[in-house]
Amino acid sequence: MYEVLSNDTLAPNLHRMVVRAPRIAPARKAGQFVIVRCEAGDERIPLTIGDADPAAGTITLFIQAIGASTKKIVAVPPGGFLRDVAGPLGMATEIERWGRVACIGGGVGTAVLFPMARALAEEGNEVTTIIGGRAEPYIILADELAAFSKEVRVTTEDGSLGRKGFVTAELKEMLDDPERAPQAVFAVGPVPMMRAVAEMTRPYGVKTIVSLNPIMIDGTGMCGGCRVVVDGEARFACVDGPEFDGHAVDFASLTDRLTMYRDHEEQCRLAV
Amino acid sequence: MSNNLSAKERLAIDRVKMPEQDAVERSRNFLEVNLGLGEAMAVREAQRCLLCKPRPCVAGCPVGVSIPEFVGALAGGDLPEAARILQGDNALPAVCGRVCPQETQCEAQCVRGAKGQPVAIGYLERFVADWAMAHPERLAAPALPAATGKSVAVVGCGPAGLTAAGELARKGHAVTIFEALHDTGGVLRYGIPEFRLPKTIIDVEVARLVEMGVTIECNVIIGKTLTIAQLQEQFDAVFIGNGAGLPTMLGIPGENLKGVYAANEYLTRINLMGAGQTDSCATPILRGRKVAVIGAGNTAMDCVRTARRLGAERSMIVYRRGESEMPARVEEIHHAKEEGVEFVMLTSPLEILGDDKGWATALRCQKMALGEPDASGRRRPVPVEGEDFDLEVDVVINALGTRANPLLTATAPDLKLNRWGNIEADENGLTSLPGVFAGGDIIRGGATVILAMGDGKRAAAAIHSYISGGN
Ligand SMILES: Cc1cc2nc3c(=O)[nH]c(=O)nc-3n(C[C@H](O)[C@H](O)[C@H](O)COP(=O)(O)OP(=O)(O)OC[C@H]3O[C@@H](n4cnc5c(N)ncnc54)[C@H](O)[C@@H]3O)c2cc1C
Ligand SMILES: Cc1cc2nc3c(=O)[nH]c(=O)nc-3n(C[C@H](O)[C@H](O)[C@H](O)COP(=O)(O)OP(=O)(O)OC[C@H]3O[C@@H](n4cnc5c(N)ncnc54)[C@H](O)[C@@H]3O)c2cc1C
Ligand code: FES
Repeated sequence: MYEVLSNDTLAPNLHRMVVRAPRIAPARKAGQFVIVRCEAGDERIPLTIGDADPAAGTITLFIQAIGASTKKIVAVPPGGFLRDVAGPLGMATEIERWGRVACIGGGVGTAVLFPMARALAEEGNEVTTIIGGRAEPYIILADELAAFSKEVRVTTEDGSLGRKGFVTAELKEMLDDPERAPQAVFAVGPVPMMRAVAEMTRPYGVKTIVSLNPIMIDGTGMCGGCRVVVDGEARFACVDGPEFDGHAVDFASLTDRLTMYRDHEEQCRLAV
Repeated sequence: MSNNLSAKERLAIDRVKMPEQDAVERSRNFLEVNLGLGEAMAVREAQRCLLCKPRPCVAGCPVGVSIPEFVGALAGGDLPEAARILQGDNALPAVCGRVCPQETQCEAQCVRGAKGQPVAIGYLERFVADWAMAHPERLAAPALPAATGKSVAVVGCGPAGLTAAGELARKGHAVTIFEALHDTGGVLRYGIPEFRLPKTIIDVEVARLVEMGVTIECNVIIGKTLTIAQLQEQFDAVFIGNGAGLPTMLGIPGENLKGVYAANEYLTRINLMGAGQTDSCATPILRGRKVAVIGAGNTAMDCVRTARRLGAERSMIVYRRGESEMPARVEEIHHAKEEGVEFVMLTSPLEILGDDKGWATALRCQKMALGEPDASGRRRPVPVEGEDFDLEVDVVINALGTRANPLLTATAPDLKLNRWGNIEADENGLTSLPGVFAGGDIIRGGATVILAMGDGKRAAAAIHSYISGGN
């Protein structure tokens, strides 16, 4: 059993949870995730480890409650327990000294981005962060990211905060400005956003890393369910990823596969 | 009951038939297919055993169960004694009695099989094991020795790990099993379906280990949560029984379409997560109306019969060789046929076709013929030109087999592997790392429950002498 130590709401339906996981906290590196089940019988849900405190033996999760399972997880109060937290899983982000990097987060992707961006900054990269969301309440972690970013740019679809539009507008400006052009781009968010970013950087030949979120079961390479096509080959996002070269990813098949259980999810949503 | 029958009297008894659930009914439920023998049936079947001196059946058993002895006790009606003998040799008899390929092991060697039917050793094993589970009060509690103060880490809670853990606990060592998944049993739980091996049996066996003092920690992935090096530091010895779980991909176009599963994913969703068994289950599964399963081993049979139980109208085995080359257990093939499974033989998949929404719609197949025998001794399938055809499907399950998962070994660079990525171990299970032993599918590639258990048993003996030797 894994105790929930705190549970705050950062944005509508977006929770930050600190969980006691004494074995995972010291082992984890930026880019890795855990698999969580609230109770026996529940689905296995992959969630990125947003932060960890090895000394205290705790990990921080950022959870967007979108379906029945994630709603159940965020409903656990401080002092409550998660039955299963397994990890850390996946490969750690390959942290190199690129020089200037753009870190782009969309929605809850911003939380997944957070540990990567910090690790990149700690390695000596000059980090420009771009975060996007539907509207002001969905913009999260701006202050936390500002602590180590050279600058934080915000875009909202309705213009309620920062620039009106998508993150790609900010990225385009950076790519076209020789003073600001990044040597590498890290993008985490909804699949259409990551796809748009990868398409935008492709003609510039700028290395672009995306963090993929296919449906997973075991997270250890045993089931093959998380396969994604990268460079024309089947790769398992849970053990080979979840980060891949955005220019080599087949986003169309990923988008398709994410809808595999739409009917089932609909039923679960009606049931809660 | 008397076991003093003459050979003639024994020879006059016909082999028992296993009572089973009606085929039509069971093809739509997950209840166990084989219903087990009643006591009178079991005793009578046991009396067929000639108690012959050479005991060839024992040599046919990978863990050397004292078969004539336990069968003899059963024939005399002494069930506690039969259970004592059986459990002394086999840590998971209720499992083995259900899933071992007896027809190619002990029963294949049975003297009575030379002229007629061998003794139904598997059914008897199951009967005695089930009786023991139902009557714990009739069995003497195993006396545990004093704690030795030595500790052993076991990686993986499948048959290899469970067996090693049990043997070591019985010697007084402190054993901790680390399991990556959230539940115990390995393939027994996530792979083999309820209708062949009820989960309660695994639960009882595991509870017995816990009673003996074994600690089981689920959700610990060795190689990720903890490394082998950390285990070496914290324990006196390590046993690796992490199985061979990595699915082999089909490598044909269309593999990424919706509706295409690897067998492990399909079975794990259903067996480990309970998908499809109740409407309210959180984990989803595509039920499929027309399901094609590629392959013909035990895994393929489990998938195809499961698909039938989830309501498939057509549930088909697609296999590139012929019926006599199928590697699955004979009993499972027979059961599958009775349940309405179709066998599309001498057929190799070329491509999975899909619609514009990304769903699988058809399996494009090529007809095969059998040519000369290949290295495996089986006749090689060769394509018949111009005989391609499409099979309409909505779910395709790839049951081509599994390989060693590199997750653990990638973080133990000094652990020697063979060219298939399996861990190299000597006949005692010792690996290239001091104090680190391995067994089961991770050293053999996909094998059987009983072989994994045999490895666990042998390695436990070697670990015991290693840590007792004061190294
Ligand atoms: C490696 C990895 C790391 C992740 N990290 C985080 C994280 O830090 N925070 C967070 O909130 N979410 C994260 N996710 C996504 C999260 O796992 C899914 O949102 C969750 O599984 C949805 O479960 P649900 O039952 O609540 O929703 P459902 O009702 O199952 O699904 C709702 C919608 O989400 C889609 N969906 C289903 N499974 C996934 C999935 N695995 N990823 C994306 N969309 C999915 C469905 O197609 C559907 O449209 C991560 C996913 C992966 C693979
Ligand atoms: C569907 C199916 C049907 C089968 N039917 C039969 C049958 O009828 N008869 C028969 O004899 N055999 C059958 N087999 C084969 C048999 O199940 C295996 O040979 C046997 O289970 C191997 O045992 P094992 O202990 O080596 O590994 P497994 O049973 O694979 O157990 C390994 C365990 O280790 C865990 N693990 C893996 N990696 C790690 C890690 N890094 N850290 C911690 N834990 C880890 C896994 O989660 C798993 O629980 C079948 C196999 C399948 C897949
Ligand atoms: S989640 Fe099962 S292989 Fe990746």
